[in-house]
Amino acid sequence: MRRHLMLALAAALPCLVPALLAAQGTGQVKEPFRPPIQFTDEDPAPPIPADVTDDRRVARNYPEQPPVIPHNIRDYQISLNNNQCLNCHSRQFTGATQAPMISITHYVDREGQTLGAVAPRRYFCTQCHVPQTVAQPIVPNTFRDMDSLISRPSDGGDRR
Amino acid sequence: MLDRRDFIKAQAVAAAATAGGISLPAVAQPSMVAGEDAQLTWSKAPCRFCGTGCSVMVATKDNRVVATHGDMQAEVNRGLNCVKGYFLSKIMYGQDRLTQPLLRMRDGKYHKDGEFRPVSWDEAFDEMARQWKRVLKEKGPDAVGMFGSGQWTIWEGYAASKLMRAGFRTNNLDPNARHCMASAAVAFIRTFGMDEPMGCYDDFEHADAFVLWGSNMAEMHPILWTRITDRRLAHNHVKVAVLSTFEHRSFELADVPMIFEPGTDLAILNYIANHIIQTGRVDKAFIEKHCSFRLGQKDIGYGLRPESVLEVRAANAKDPTDSKPMSFDEFAAFVSEYTLEKVAELSKVPKERLLALAEMYADPKIKVMSLWTMGFNQHVRGVWVNHMVYNIHLLTGKISEPGNSPFSLTGQPSACGTAREVGTFAHRLPADMQVTNPTHRSHVEEGWKIPKGLLPGKIGYHAVLQDRMLKDGKLNAYWIMVNNNLQAAPNSDQETYPGYRNPENFIVVSDAYPTVTAAAADLILPAAMWVEKEGAYGNAERRTHFWHQLVNAPGEARSDLWQLMEFSKRFTTDEVWPKEILDANPDFRGKNLFDVLFRNGNVDRFPVSELDPAYENRESKEFGFYVQKGLFEEYAAFGRGHGHDLAPFDTYHEVRGLRWPVVEGKETKWRYREGLDPYVPKGEGVRFYGNPDGKANLFAFPYEPPAESPDKDFDLWLVTGRVLEHWHSGSMTMRVPELYKAMPMALVYMHPDDAQARGLRRGSEVKVMSRRGEMRTRVETRGRNRPPRGVVFVPWFDSARLINKCTLDATDPISKQTDFKKCAVKIVAV
Repeated sequence: MRRHLMLALAAALPCLVPALLAAQGTGQVKEPFRPPIQFTDEDPAPPIPADVTDDRRVARNYPEQPPVIPHNIRDYQISLNNNQCLNCHSRQFTGATQAPMISITHYVDREGQTLGAVAPRRYFCTQCHVPQTVAQPIVPNTFRDMDSLISRPSDGGDRR
Repeated sequence: MLDRRDFIKAQAVAAAATAGGISLPAVAQPSMVAGEDAQLTWSKAPCRFCGTGCSVMVATKDNRVVATHGDMQAEVNRGLNCVKGYFLSKIMYGQDRLTQPLLRMRDGKYHKDGEFRPVSWDEAFDEMARQWKRVLKEKGPDAVGMFGSGQWTIWEGYAASKLMRAGFRTNNLDPNARHCMASAAVAFIRTFGMDEPMGCYDDFEHADAFVLWGSNMAEMHPILWTRITDRRLAHNHVKVAVLSTFEHRSFELADVPMIFEPGTDLAILNYIANHIIQTGRVDKAFIEKHCSFRLGQKDIGYGLRPESVLEVRAANAKDPTDSKPMSFDEFAAFVSEYTLEKVAELSKVPKERLLALAEMYADPKIKVMSLWTMGFNQHVRGVWVNHMVYNIHLLTGKISEPGNSPFSLTGQPSACGTAREVGTFAHRLPADMQVTNPTHRSHVEEGWKIPKGLLPGKIGYHAVLQDRMLKDGKLNAYWIMVNNNLQAAPNSDQETYPGYRNPENFIVVSDAYPTVTAAAADLILPAAMWVEKEGAYGNAERRTHFWHQLVNAPGEARSDLWQLMEFSKRFTTDEVWPKEILDANPDFRGKNLFDVLFRNGNVDRFPVSELDPAYENRESKEFGFYVQKGLFEEYAAFGRGHGHDLAPFDTYHEVRGLRWPVVEGKETKWRYREGLDPYVPKGEGVRFYGNPDGKANLFAFPYEPPAESPDKDFDLWLVTGRVLEHWHSGSMTMRVPELYKAMPMALVYMHPDDAQARGLRRGSEVKVMSRRGEMRTRVETRGRNRPPRGVVFVPWFDSARLINKCTLDATDPISKQTDFKKCAVKIVAV
């Protein structure tokens, strides 16, 4: 049953496969050195990967993780006078744009006071929110979110 | 815009249905979990990355980190993290974590050209000890060395210092912080007689003007940038000046943006000093009472190999640190040639902007904070340029009070705490003491309970010299811990790699991941990282911050502390100490180094019963005493009562860090000023008590050009640096999928006209070539960094594209820190 489910998931979301396999504990690393890792390697540079622009929200790894940006932000102006991100994501515009509103935490200043607009210290969005390219990670990550630990027996941290 | 959003809405519905249909059984179940099952254990820890020293809350469940977020109770970051900090949860879970020692072997035994094979810790340390003993016997202590880190915990750096200096009797110990802030540290000592900033981050909420000297805080110190942004956007009178050799994200907030010709920051600073003097804004009472003036040595060379033509040609390459007293009038005459006209022409910064900048310092009503990191420190005149910024703060008395603050930022989490305070540099001992000072050595010998005269007084090999000595076969047994020097070191193809693969040398690398450095080693030791061990870091504002071990390291990975202490067991004093010392101190004969260094009555003073039962502590349980506490308390004794006072060990587990000196339980935010610093006697007002006369030193230095400038063959300046998403060499952050996908490769950022002139455009594959080496990448003309014509920027995080094959191993001759910001390259299409 689980295998069946995995296959279905794998077919639907190919990018998740390495992470899921690793999460299943099958990702034994035999040779630690993945190319290109030798100092003397000189590989051709791959093309600059395209940005992910599918506008699909990506689930967070944990509630406090800043969501990644699922669209292109090239040439977006964020300066002393203008913040193009807020033109869609600040509270007053989300009705028209249907963009997700910035988190309510972003209206709170350093002293814990809630402000009428985005807190100045949260002004530069890209310090926390980053777009994604289509580049596929060279090394899978075996992080497991809290849900998977609650629903599945743990290996007790033993990742050998 | 609305079209796109309509599309999203439709997509969202479809996606929800699809995702829901498939994943329902897996996801629905935990969504119903509540109460006890959903509980997580939250603990505090400092962030693993930069020198800002944010505190994070870390959630664990079943011996795994499952979430992290910014610590609301931490003064530094008040609940915020940058994107790297928010992804800390994933840095330990790259699938290729090293979990067992790996030794190059052929036919069942070690061979320099063998393949890596898993071995036990015993086998690993046996071979390592055999190599160390061989080298010590054949060549003596000068031929063993260690390259450590500003990412070592305080006790790890301290244990390493003990093992190298007192155990192996060599000062060939240097941290990668040499590449990072040696210039800042040296200038602090020369100016104030004491290392580290007088101010603190509270200055951000008090200053009226911020000047970024070559620093891109928006990407490299994002949380401190949020505090500047907060101040600037909430207060109309506040202004921000940003100086750099290329335009970057920090320019988004700049009121006074300035692009200057590489290296001319020296001239700009002398112009500001001249402007302050010419316009009569010197705080005469302040300089008379609190300052001395000195004329520094000029024409000091570029820290290259001594046979280099630039060194031979330099008049004072052999004694670059010399200086002699001068009067204020002589100082004024010295800087008088740096006029607005002359400096504007040299630096290519418009006059009105230079004037606006100078007024931020000259105007007595403006509280000004100067901020710098690698732009100043990675500079062939790094010490000078640090001095010069103190000059302008001292001339105006804008120092040691809220908002008036020359502030040296740091790049590593414990560059201050471990590299500088513990003293893991080739020339330093704990609490600002120096290896060349016999009184200091004697004091340390007493504190460590080791024989008089044991500690070596000769300055050891610094980072770049270690690489040269490895290549030349003079340094042969070498241990690299918590750093990726083959990716980080300058001119690595010519000067670093050859030493690692030199058949005479045995290279050991302790790391959590298989880096390029590890791959070039002979023995790899798997390391526990971050919250897999109990630790302490010291950030850029003198804040010491502790954390507990929260999870176990994978497999056989062990902390650097355990590795250092365990390795010491393989040596006896008879094997490593000279006969005269042992004859004079017969009690030490035949003793194990572990017993001498770590079971000395200090370090083993606290029993394991003092461990917090809520947390694991593998090293202490194995060694049988609370090792971190013992090491910390022995170390802290050197600074208490001498202006470096640290609080008792246990206090730090309760608080979000404290800024030293901690006197009578109270931290010190601003040093050297009466009422703010308990070390300043009543009635003195200000006292720079690090120097015996209580005065700070201003130094006069000229503008001198960089070691290498573009010419017709290599026609572009190369500037290297970091990016927001990756920390240092990327060994942790490149293994976090979200960070990798945000910034997957190091591109060469260049001006579109420079690209066009070479028949290139965005995306073209190119070689970046210098006289020393080359790397292949792609051109970026529209990215976040926008260099002027004649300058290119390449970040160094990408192990597949090693820009340090191109850089030049020229260093500041005083601090020995490399200039990674100025060398000449050409760009050619592949």
